Amino acid sequence: MDGAPGPSGTPVLELDGLSVALPKTGDRTHAIDGVSFSVGRGEIVCVVGESGSGKSVTAQAVMGLLPKGQLTLSGGSIRLEGKEVTTCTPAELRALRGARMSMIFQEPMTALNPVERVGAQIGEVLEIHTSLSAEERRNKVLDVMASVHLPDVASMIDAFPHQLSGGQRQRVMIAAALVLDPVLLIADEPTTALDVTTQAQILKLIAEMQARRGTGVLFITHDFGVVAEIAQRVVVMQHGKVVEIGTRDEIISRPKAAYTQMLIKSVPSLEPPSRTPKTSAVALAIEGLSKTYVSGGFLAGKKRVVKAAQNVSIEVRRGETVGIVGESGSGKTTVARCVARLIDPTDGEIKIGGVDVARLRESALRPHRKHVQIVFQDPYRSLNPRRTVGASIIEGPVNFGESTADATRRARDLMTLVGLQPDALERFPHQFSGGQRQRIAIARALAMEPRLLIADEAVSALDVSVQAQVLALLDDVRERFDLAVLFITHDLRVAAQICDRIAVMQNGVVVEHGPTAELFSNAQHAYTHALFAAAPGRGVKFGAGIEATT
Amino acid sequence: MVGYILRRLLAAVPVMGIVAVLVFLMLRLTPSDPAAIIAGDFANDQQIAEIRTKLGLDRPIVTQFVIWVGGMLQGDFGESFFYKKQVAALITERLEPTLSLSLLAIVLTVCIAVPLGTLAAYKQGSWIDRIVMGFSVVGFSVPVFVVGYLLIYVLAVRLDWFPVQGYQYLRDGFGGWLHRLVLPALTLSIVFVALIARMTRTSVLEVLHEDYIRTARAKGQSELKVLVRHALANAAVPILTVIGLTFATLIGGVVVTESVYTLPGLGLLTVDAVLARDYPTIQAVILLFSLAYVVVNLLVDVAYTVFDPRIRY
Repeated sequence: MDGAPGPSGTPVLELDGLSVALPKTGDRTHAIDGVSFSVGRGEIVCVVGESGSGKSVTAQAVMGLLPKGQLTLSGGSIRLEGKEVTTCTPAELRALRGARMSMIFQEPMTALNPVERVGAQIGEVLEIHTSLSAEERRNKVLDVMASVHLPDVASMIDAFPHQLSGGQRQRVMIAAALVLDPVLLIADEPTTALDVTTQAQILKLIAEMQARRGTGVLFITHDFGVVAEIAQRVVVMQHGKVVEIGTRDEIISRPKAAYTQMLIKSVPSLEPPSRTPKTSAVALAIEGLSKTYVSGGFLAGKKRVVKAAQNVSIEVRRGETVGIVGESGSGKTTVARCVARLIDPTDGEIKIGGVDVARLRESALRPHRKHVQIVFQDPYRSLNPRRTVGASIIEGPVNFGESTADATRRARDLMTLVGLQPDALERFPHQFSGGQRQRIAIARALAMEPRLLIADEAVSALDVSVQAQVLALLDDVRERFDLAVLFITHDLRVAAQICDRIAVMQNGVVVEHGPTAELFSNAQHAYTHALFAAAPGRGVKFGAGIEATT
Repeated sequence: MVGYILRRLLAAVPVMGIVAVLVFLMLRLTPSDPAAIIAGDFANDQQIAEIRTKLGLDRPIVTQFVIWVGGMLQGDFGESFFYKKQVAALITERLEPTLSLSLLAIVLTVCIAVPLGTLAAYKQGSWIDRIVMGFSVVGFSVPVFVVGYLLIYVLAVRLDWFPVQGYQYLRDGFGGWLHRLVLPALTLSIVFVALIARMTRTSVLEVLHEDYIRTARAKGQSELKVLVRHALANAAVPILTVIGLTFATLIGGVVVTESVYTLPGLGLLTVDAVLARDYPTIQAVILLFSLAYVVVNLLVDVAYTVFDPRIRY
């Protein structure tokens, strides 16, 4: 399908008609089917696709790391520097892994062994593939740690993973992957779990390493912002097949395949649409909200005080969506949890419909609970897997005195409203896709007839096309029920599209607060600027040329 | 860390106090009379009363308790009714066989159970896994004395590999000590091998799905090293917990095993002391066992910090 060699000579990696079979029980016969593309020396190729597209399976197949007994290589060839890999013995494959080809993963929090020092984990690669002495290994580890810009390497080499930040851990992973100068680096969503400013640094690091060492990079991602940032060529996959291959600009501005066009069009723009300011009644007024965690103290070691939120004031009017944007540890989820009274605020007022609920006791709070509902990030875990969808949805209304029959009738209506069949109520969460589950979670929240809906990273775990649909649904129910929506997100693109106003949080403090369009065009605070600057693919017009080519 | 250990030792004081009260009361509430047993079948009431006075059993219960605790605080555990010796000396000479048996049993358990469990987890669903799991059900359900007599019959009587019973002190040679101890230790450890193999399997299985296992394989690490260096190191904490708990149940097994193999240890001493209603000995042995349990638990908690750097006190 794509014979074009990389910038110089033999491609580092060539895939030719690669197929991986699924177990017989599945609804598809192949996880990937006839995948062909190549990665040139010193080239960055992005493989893009939604969940189930087979992009990670492709990477695992190349590394020879397909889960045993579940996935088997069923055809095609993989050539690393022209040498066939599919016929290698396990020992030959082990000799290649870590030395000629290496891999970094999505979750730097879990991809490192928590009980081993990071230096030892980088050194492990040298232990396996070289005969260096312990001292030589240590020196080489120090070198490579310095080259990925880890601070104070002399002491960090003996640190344990939990003592490092997410970005530092990913740097350790990259150091371990590159210590032997492999010709191929496979990066499987390496920045997805990171904050946007950290993501920008890691992307820069990967590009720097690749340029300096001439490594070929196979970069797997679902994020077109990241593609725009780092790719030279792009492979688009869907349902285990390659849909389109092109240069970065071809795919981003002038995609040919209908599927790619759909994906590109679903990427939320960083330019907010114009919105008329809401003047309706205030549904939620947060004033001077603080939450302080104190741990340790008497007999339990050193006392630690963490100010998770400090003096936060935010208003949400009926029919309005207010976003709280920030990175991990900024306090955005703390604020949401205080508002829902899942945790008790230390100080301040939370007025919902004029009543301050910040200090109400549980018994007095109960009638107010139904007014505030949350849709969580992970639709795979926020629904009880052992109860039918119907049982989960009617549980709340029935607790508040509605009859089962009435609640079920309303649940059926809600299912239609969120775009699902009413008979879905009889089924279990695992029978639905991620997007459908998030629709169910929204229906569950709406069943309580809330005044305020909190969406805590509600679309962050979804594929971009599904994300667009769920965002549209959230906007639709907001308008239909005149709901106040508090929208917590780390994603500026999503915030730009759905929020009327945005509060930017950093280290527990709201640093800036204003109408979305104003904030995007004329940010005041340095941190807001930094966030915008780090947003991947800023200044890139996604699908700019689609009309011209079709 | 030192502060933590001191706090834990301090917390053991009330625990030991409560154990002391309970043991003391329970012995005196059981319907039996040590004086009658010592006096023998043909003694008259007056002789029994004399013995009772000599042993101090005629005094009020509170006084008896105060005398006992007061003596212990000065390092005096009293004199055995039955053996007519200082309890402290009695325990000291019985300590070695029991310690040897327990330690060897624990070592055997860990050496057999951890590899078995790891192998079963690695080969999940295979015949190896099924055999290990089958063995662990059997090993857990068969009583210690049945296993003991079975092993004696096969390995000692039939094959004549090991002596049937008896103990050789360590000072008389390591080889003989080990040779005579292997069979009892094996008997004692079967239950724990079953338990810990199962626990290891579960623990390793959970860890094998972790991302860092995939990372290790991506580095080109061999499967054996992946299992030992990455999987087992992370599975260690729950396994360690069970090993600690094992110690508590081990004591029951020691009593039976020492009886089956006639090892002159604390287990046998306990049985003899109970049969003779030898209050001072029973009290001291039980206190010793509880102290051992407290200390082992503390050691386990300290060992956590060695296996998992995220745990700090």
